[in-house]
Amino acid sequence: MSAPPLVDRRLIFVTGKGGVGKTTVAAGLAQMLADEGRRVLACEVDAKGDLAAAFEVPAPGFTPERIGDNLSLMAMDTEASLREYLKLNLKIPIVGRIGPLAKAFDFVATAAPGVKEILTVGKLCFEAREKNYDSIVVDASATGHIIGQLAAPQAINDLVRVGLIRSQTDWMLDILSDPVQTGLAIVTTPEEMPVAETIELAGKVAAETTVELAAVVVNRVLPERFGPRDEEVFSSLETPAGRTALAAALGEDVTALLDATRLATSLRRSRAAHLETLRASLDTSMPIILLPELFARTDGVRATRQIAEHLEGELR
Amino acid sequence: MSGSSPILELLGQREIVVACGPGGVGKTTTAAAAAAQAALRLGGRVLVLTVDPARRLADALGIKEIGNEVTEVPAEAFVTADGAPVGRLFAAMLDTKKSWDDLIERHTPDPATAARIMANPLYQNITGRFIQSHDYIAMERLYELHSTGEWDLIVVDTPPTRNALDFLDAPSRMADFFSSRLLRWLIAPARSGLFAVASKPFTQVADRILGTEFLGDITEFFVSLQSMYGGFVERANAVARLMADERTTFLVVSSSETVPLREAEFFVSQLVDRNLSVGAVVLNKVLPDSLADPGGLAAARGLGERAGEIAGEVAQVIGVDEEALVRVLGTIAESYGDFAVTARREAGARSRFEAGGAPLVSVPRLDEDIHDMAGLLALGNLLIAEP
Repeated sequence: MSAPPLVDRRLIFVTGKGGVGKTTVAAGLAQMLADEGRRVLACEVDAKGDLAAAFEVPAPGFTPERIGDNLSLMAMDTEASLREYLKLNLKIPIVGRIGPLAKAFDFVATAAPGVKEILTVGKLCFEAREKNYDSIVVDASATGHIIGQLAAPQAINDLVRVGLIRSQTDWMLDILSDPVQTGLAIVTTPEEMPVAETIELAGKVAAETTVELAAVVVNRVLPERFGPRDEEVFSSLETPAGRTALAAALGEDVTALLDATRLATSLRRSRAAHLETLRASLDTSMPIILLPELFARTDGVRATRQIAEHLEGELR
Repeated sequence: MSGSSPILELLGQREIVVACGPGGVGKTTTAAAAAAQAALRLGGRVLVLTVDPARRLADALGIKEIGNEVTEVPAEAFVTADGAPVGRLFAAMLDTKKSWDDLIERHTPDPATAARIMANPLYQNITGRFIQSHDYIAMERLYELHSTGEWDLIVVDTPPTRNALDFLDAPSRMADFFSSRLLRWLIAPARSGLFAVASKPFTQVADRILGTEFLGDITEFFVSLQSMYGGFVERANAVARLMADERTTFLVVSSSETVPLREAEFFVSQLVDRNLSVGAVVLNKVLPDSLADPGGLAAARGLGERAGEIAGEVAQVIGVDEEALVRVLGTIAESYGDFAVTARREAGARSRFEAGGAPLVSVPRLDEDIHDMAGLLALGNLLIAEP
């Protein structure tokens, strides 16, 4: 069994613990694929506007908006998804008849658990099936919620044995379970808690969903500053004698300079250890994609482009 | 320690401190560090309740496992240079499934109804897999623990919610749901044995979408739940009142990075809109001020430009290889420059932050990860340091 690499699949879910740069990575991936000439749909599931901010465009709605030659952007809206679904499947003008749809929707969503999740995943599977795009990059829910979302079709399938919904979950499961079409990437940073959560999540993805984990992206890897010998030299500089000599030669206070470098090296060291833990815990065949810490002034298009370039370097 | 630390003040005055904020900023750790400080310095019985599905708190507290049941953190675990703790620290985790079961048992009129609800496949799914139920039960459990009166202070961290304050809306959504007309439509036929005229179109549509069997499960589930209606709504309202009570305050936790800060600002505005108390905003992982100092940048530039010359002067004095020193000096200049960019950007973002009048507490970035009580106490000391 040789499934294609993550980037060659049509439906790509990108998840990760909050704060690790999940959205930036999703945006960079979408940018990279669009630059390669693929028709790309990038979708933000949490609808906070962060994905739009990564491209510096206004927050999109449920209907995809073109923001570049090959790149469209949409925000998930489960109520709009339900509306679209009802229009496509029931072929009755239900929308006008059922009273305030929002209220009915809230009701259904609360009454039948998994409805919001299935409407989210369903819309994405629908786009994958329609093949209007070569790649659908999903800035998916954070680690705490992704399992509920990806497992929703299976959960509904277990609950509902007949009816329209049942026939819907079957084809969704076909797409989600197919490693040629669908893959999940977990974004993490080489820090203790994100790594621990990534390892835990990788296990849950395998046990509780039918989606294949296709790559782990490690963001914010710090550059190697010193070799072992340079490290010794630096330690000599940090002694009182070293500080005095350096300050005298430079003619300036050097405390801040040395502190910053100490911070950089100890961060680097602890991150390298966490990266090792991650490697050791994942299947040896699991692709691990490394992205550097960007010491950038702002987020936005420039950071997104930098990430896209690094991804291209790692993946192509 | 004087009383001028805003965090220590909150910990001493309130009964419930809710740590909320974007994911990945150290919310859980901050909650645990604050609770440990309260137990250490202020005394009383302090409980830290984690509702995060990722089980991180046990690691930091040095407890093997935190369960739904309250566990005491042994006092010797946090004896410090300042002495033994004056209070006691306890920890508990939210077990969604177990808490739901308890709730059902408490509110159903008889064991048979409880058993019927728990056997329903819908119930098993609601409690096991889905997210909103987590939000609701978190607040419910907090209320439950608070009303036992056993705790002087409960510090709770909140689930990483999809929408900023889902967990706050959960009780009222639950109450709305039970009072909704649609629910009455749906369960009317089951109760009367007849199809109420009004419910017919809805039932037909629902039947087409969901299938009869599933619809039957839903109906049965809510008919059973109906017996809990009064207790549930009353309870949900009580939970909402407790959140708004002056005994409760919110600690908005964030880092100084752009995206989390934007989210934290939104949290603050939402809390203010709801007339809830924003006790303080805690910004974690703040880089040292010296990095944003323009003097430092000039020094770094000088070091980079004159590395050869400076190495010539210094190498002999400290007895290191001159060539290696040139390299090291270049690296120092470069690494200072890199971090200075980040530090300046974050300092700018902090100064623009709208905290809604609440004090802003900056906690410096630590070199090492926190994985034991000593680390938690060190973080706590920074958290309660005077501004």
